Amino acid sequence: MDQHRRDFLSQAGQFIVLTGAASLAWDAVLAGAPQEAPNYVTTDHWWGMIIDIEKCIGCGNCVRACKAENDVPTDEPGCYRTWVERYQVRPDDPDHPIVDSPDGAYDGFPAIDQPGDGLKVFFVPKLCNHCAHSPCVQVCPVGATFESPDGVVLVDKDRCLGCRYCVQACPYGCRFIDPRTHTADKCTLCYHRITKGLTTACCEACPTGARQLADLKNPDDPVHEFLRTHKVHVLKPELATGAKAYYNGLDGSVR
Amino acid sequence: MSSRFQHHGHVVRVAVLFAAGFLTFLVARAWLIPADFGVYGFYRAGALDAVRAQPIKYAGQTPCLDCHAEVDELRQTERHRNVSCEACHGPSAAHVEDFSIAPATLDPRALCLRCHTALAGKPDFMPQIVPADHFEDAACTECHAPHAPKQ
Repeated sequence: MDQHRRDFLSQAGQFIVLTGAASLAWDAVLAGAPQEAPNYVTTDHWWGMIIDIEKCIGCGNCVRACKAENDVPTDEPGCYRTWVERYQVRPDDPDHPIVDSPDGAYDGFPAIDQPGDGLKVFFVPKLCNHCAHSPCVQVCPVGATFESPDGVVLVDKDRCLGCRYCVQACPYGCRFIDPRTHTADKCTLCYHRITKGLTTACCEACPTGARQLADLKNPDDPVHEFLRTHKVHVLKPELATGAKAYYNGLDGSVR
Repeated sequence: MSSRFQHHGHVVRVAVLFAAGFLTFLVARAWLIPADFGVYGFYRAGALDAVRAQPIKYAGQTPCLDCHAEVDELRQTERHRNVSCEACHGPSAAHVEDFSIAPATLDPRALCLRCHTALAGKPDFMPQIVPADHFEDAACTECHAPHAPKQ
C-alpha cells in the first residue's frame, strides 16, 4: 500500500474535524428541547416556607394531610415528608432538650406525665428546608435529585438508584427511602400544587396558620412583610445550606 | 520516501480502534443519558413535569365555597373563619370533581379533640379542654356549632 504523508495528514485532519463536529451536533441532539410548562414560568418563583412556632398546636394535621396528599406510607416506620417534634426544655439544662415525635405526630401528642415546674414545651414542625445550596443534591451521583429553577429540591424517581447518599447528607433528616420503590423520597413542597396556584397540603390543613407557603420572588407575597416584622431564623444556619424554611420563635435548643 | 511509511498499517489499526471506541462511547452515552438531561442543570428536565403530574387530593377552599357559600358567611365572625374547610373535612378533591362522592364522615368528638385537647406546649390563644372533665360521652356538636363554635 502506498500512501503519501500529505494524504495521511489530510485524512487524519478530516477525521479529527469531522468527529469533533459530529460530537457537537450529537450533543445538540441529546439535549433535546426543554419541556415547557404552560402558564407557569419556573424562573418567576422562588419557593420557601414560613413556620410560626408560636402558632403550632401540635395537632398533627399537617402530617396527616401530607401523607394523604402524597401517598406516603403510613404503615412503615420512618416515612415522613413532614413531621412535628415536641421539645421539652428544662430550665437547668437548656442545651439538652427532650425531643419526641411519636409516629411523626401523625396522631398528635400524648400528655406529658409530669410536666414539672418551669418546663418549657413547644412544637416544631419539620420538613425539607428546600436549601438553595443543598447538600443532598451535591452528593447525588446520577443527577436524580436537584434544585429546580424555582427553588424546590425534588427527586427524579425514574433516575434514583436508591444509594442513600442523600439520606445521609441531609443535615435535617428530611429524606427517607420509599419502601415500595426503593428510591429516595422527600417533601416536594407539593410541587404539583404550588405550580397550579394552590398552597401545599400541610398549609391547607394547618388550622392555625402556623405554616405559610412563601414565594420569595413575588413582591406581593405577605412573606416579605412577615420577614420584616418578625425575628426569624433557619435551622442550622452554620452549615450555609441556604435553607428556605423560616422559623418564627425558634428556640436555641432546636436542632 | 515511500519506505518511510511502509508500516502505516499500524497507525490505521490504532485509528480504527480509537474510532470504534469513540463510537461505542457515543452510543452508550445516547442510550444511558435521557435526551432532556442537562437542559436546566445536572438533572432530567422532564422530572419537573413528572413531579407536577401527581394527582391533587386537597382541592383548596375556593371550590368548596363556590357551592357552600352560606357556611363561609356563617363563620365570618367566628374563630374558625381562618380554618380551611379541608383542615376538618379532609381531602375533598374527589368530591369537587364528582358531587356524588361524599366527603369523609367526621367523628363529632375525636375530630374536635385533635386540636382542643389540653396539652402542655399549646399556645395560650388555643381554647383547650380536658376531655375527661368535659362531658366525656357527649358529641361536641350537641352544644357547639362547628362552623360557629360560639353559638
